[in-house]
Amino acid sequence: MAALVVLILIILMCLAAPLYENYVARTDAFTSNVNGTYVVDGQTKPVLEASTEGLGLGVNPIGPTWSSQFFLGADNQGRDVMARMLFGGRNSLVIGFTSAIICCVLAGIVGIVAGYFGNAVDAVLSRALDVLWAFPVYLLAICLSVVLINSSLTIGPVTLNSGSIILPILIIGIVYVPYVARPIRGQVLSLREREFVQAAVGAGAADLRLLRREILPNVLPTIIVFLPLMTAINMLTESALSFLSIGVQPPDASWGTIINDGVGLLYTRPMVAIAPGIMLAITAVALNLLGDGVRDALDPKARLRGGV
Amino acid sequence: MSESMAAQPLLDVRDLRVSFRTRSGTVDAVDGISFTVGRGEVLGIVGESGSGKSVSMLSVLGLIDNPNCVVEGEVIFQGEDLLKLDDKELRRIRGKEIAMVFQDPMTALTPVYTAGWHISEQIRAHEKVSKKAAHARAIQLLDAVGIPNSTDRVNSYPHEFSGGMRQRVVIAMALSCNPSLLIADEPTTALDVTIQAQILELLRDLQSEFGSSIVLITHDMGVVSQMSDRVLVMYGGRLAEAGPRRALMRDPLHPYTWGLMGSIPPTDGTRVERLAAIPGAPINPSDPDRDRCLFSSRCGFASDACRPQPGLVEHVHGHLDACVLPYDQRPALRLEALTTVMTESGASA
Amino acid sequence: MWRFAGKRAIAALLVLFAISVLVFLIFFATPGVDPAARIAGRNASQETLAQVRQSFGLDQPIWVQYGVMMRHLFIDRDLTSFVNRGAEVIPQVQQAIPVTLSLVIGAAVIWVILALVMGVLATAYRGTAIDPIIVVLGVIGVSLPVYWLGEVVNLVTQSRLHDTIFAWVPSLGYVSLSEGFGPWALHLLFPWLTLAVLYAGIYARVLRSEMVGAMNEDYIRMARAKGIGEWRVLLRHALRTSLIVVVSLFGLDFGALIGGAALLTEVVFGLQGIGKLTYDSLQNFDLPVILACVLYAAFFVVLANFIVDLLYAWLDPRVRHV
Repeated sequence: MAALVVLILIILMCLAAPLYENYVARTDAFTSNVNGTYVVDGQTKPVLEASTEGLGLGVNPIGPTWSSQFFLGADNQGRDVMARMLFGGRNSLVIGFTSAIICCVLAGIVGIVAGYFGNAVDAVLSRALDVLWAFPVYLLAICLSVVLINSSLTIGPVTLNSGSIILPILIIGIVYVPYVARPIRGQVLSLREREFVQAAVGAGAADLRLLRREILPNVLPTIIVFLPLMTAINMLTESALSFLSIGVQPPDASWGTIINDGVGLLYTRPMVAIAPGIMLAITAVALNLLGDGVRDALDPKARLRGGV
Repeated sequence: MSESMAAQPLLDVRDLRVSFRTRSGTVDAVDGISFTVGRGEVLGIVGESGSGKSVSMLSVLGLIDNPNCVVEGEVIFQGEDLLKLDDKELRRIRGKEIAMVFQDPMTALTPVYTAGWHISEQIRAHEKVSKKAAHARAIQLLDAVGIPNSTDRVNSYPHEFSGGMRQRVVIAMALSCNPSLLIADEPTTALDVTIQAQILELLRDLQSEFGSSIVLITHDMGVVSQMSDRVLVMYGGRLAEAGPRRALMRDPLHPYTWGLMGSIPPTDGTRVERLAAIPGAPINPSDPDRDRCLFSSRCGFASDACRPQPGLVEHVHGHLDACVLPYDQRPALRLEALTTVMTESGASA
Repeated sequence: MWRFAGKRAIAALLVLFAISVLVFLIFFATPGVDPAARIAGRNASQETLAQVRQSFGLDQPIWVQYGVMMRHLFIDRDLTSFVNRGAEVIPQVQQAIPVTLSLVIGAAVIWVILALVMGVLATAYRGTAIDPIIVVLGVIGVSLPVYWLGEVVNLVTQSRLHDTIFAWVPSLGYVSLSEGFGPWALHLLFPWLTLAVLYAGIYARVLRSEMVGAMNEDYIRMARAKGIGEWRVLLRHALRTSLIVVVSLFGLDFGALIGGAALLTEVVFGLQGIGKLTYDSLQNFDLPVILACVLYAAFFVVLANFIVDLLYAWLDPRVRHV
């Protein structure tokens, strides 16, 4: 329950991002602010100073002020990290959640079809899943991202622009399908053998009716258990792809891109990288605990392997 | 062996009480039972599931792995009270002096080890012998329990045996250290009927060959009648009746025993429409109303006299039961019970 | 057993083939993407594009293209990078492989040992304080982004506390095992620990739940009834049967590590492994290198899965005859 409260708080915080931007930080989180200034103790200071450390390259943005403006400091373009983090959280949450839904729906369809119709259908789908399963998620996601990011994808009448966050959503949603589809297929296979399904078959029920009345209600809890867990895994994957700059594209932000921004400032302004990481970790812990709770409530026997 | 030892029973259980602490209070799974097992004797313990027959024998060896379980009483085995021994001392007895055979041979063997490994492990737990010698003895034992081709089969894994063969492996393992007492907990329940008879025959042969005493736990009166010397009938964690097999089978005294015997198909060839069943469900051990004959809630002859719990009374030499019905009217009442059940089942059919 | 191994080997080869086809299709047949432009890199001249088309047979049918690509990769091993002015790709990959394997195998050894110890202790002392510790570690392990944890470790060991307690930590990078075990292990220590922390908890948790389940099995009661010691019951019976599940989990994670988490760890700790190579080629969209890295990584993943399959069959006699 505590997990759910934490999760809702984080979601509310991220939803309030524009309010924070306009009324608290009074800044624009997405445009470069290299020449910006900041007033501290009555003195006006530049947000970015030329770095005096290292090779003298780069800049040294203002650190955490722990007050309304630049609460967590600025990034190397002089933008307010706190405001960007709240906006980034929206993308991270949206991508994680919608890709989890896509993943669970696709996996549900594949798993149910493979398990229910069996034989040739099952053989084809299972082998396809096996290949995807043996193919490391990150490599697959990287391949897809490399090809799709920075060029638009046209499928029939729909064109997805390169910077669109729909691309990472689709990519992440698809690569995890085998993880969910395989257990569901197994469950449907065993359901088919159970008496109540056999009884319905014996009574002459049509496939569609069987699927809707007997199979789906029994598989749904499994899918629901997977949802928060996949959301957590997908958020981590999204952040990793963004960290590798093949996820969310600038100037858009997600927690992954902000951590990436922060890596260059790690030794001087560590808060830029640390803060979004902590947010990500808290969210993922909350989602995992929520998933554990849902699983215990619905099906104490199910088990899911963890992601990275 | 001294004279006094020989006169003593091998196992002497006195007022054994096994209770589990639960959220809704203490539950007595075994409620103060006493019995003895003589040397070379086969004792059958009969009862429905939940009657406490398995729990009582598991508690004897300290095999109940539940922190909320309390075992009280005395279990004297070869002059030692097993309940007073610590785990290390008990291990000396387990497997060496008292061996167990469990109900389901499908799950009783660790699936990743061969038959020979299982037997060797038990031998080497108690005797300082080389792996090779233990392996050779495993082959002999598999031979002894009637597994063909034992030199090859010793290297087979549990899943490569059929159910009956697997139970033979378990029995070979149990006998590997020549135990003086073998506890067989429903050894035939999970097996096909034809295999059941073979396993019982094997146990009987081995008993005469090795001279071990056997405690045979079962819910099946038929099994008991085939091989035990003496029979205990348990209900709700208490003894309902105890006696020599022949006396008990010919003149069962307790209405519960009548019910149990009504559940066996007659062997004289008469066909019955329906086997008599005991009405109602076995008593729930957590039932708080315990100061009464626990069977009275299912008994056709129950009366106010069934409360408080009647004590065990010895009627004929060695034949006891805990029932208030007049001893001399029992045969007539039993006949009445049988006909009532028959007509009832006939009416409902 | 040999027949089983043979069957699994054939299956592994088929999977490898399927993966190569899949990767090829992603790069060469995605609608609306010109592979020549991708291979040639950004702002390539017309000559380069023509050269690419000729070199990869892009004007020919797709299966010929596949053949040409595989030939470049595995037979002639002369795949060259166009972005990086004709640098040969395969030698780079071959140089990177030992780095990745050092990282992943070392981390795996640490986390498996940690998980075994924690899982067994948690089973032996179940219901005590060890249990919640493992649950927390497990949840944290699956919730922390590995690259972020690596950065924080770097921050602490390379910067904030580098002058005091972590003065002995060498600067980032990889030192070959040929320069001695000590320097090699010291350079890899924190990358190993970073990865191991993430996996040890979840493995301990899985192992514990498997072992606690096993402890309720009949064969455990049987083993106790045989009169063997409690630790032997725990290790030789409960642990031994529970290892089967852990090993299959390990196969998946090991593969995922070579292909993913190791990539992030290598980037963060500046280790020139396959992952870092992939990352660097991602930065300038050097497609031939990405392709080679992905396929080589996939090869190791499939190999790891094959070995795990054999290990699995060795651990569990029941699957040998399937």
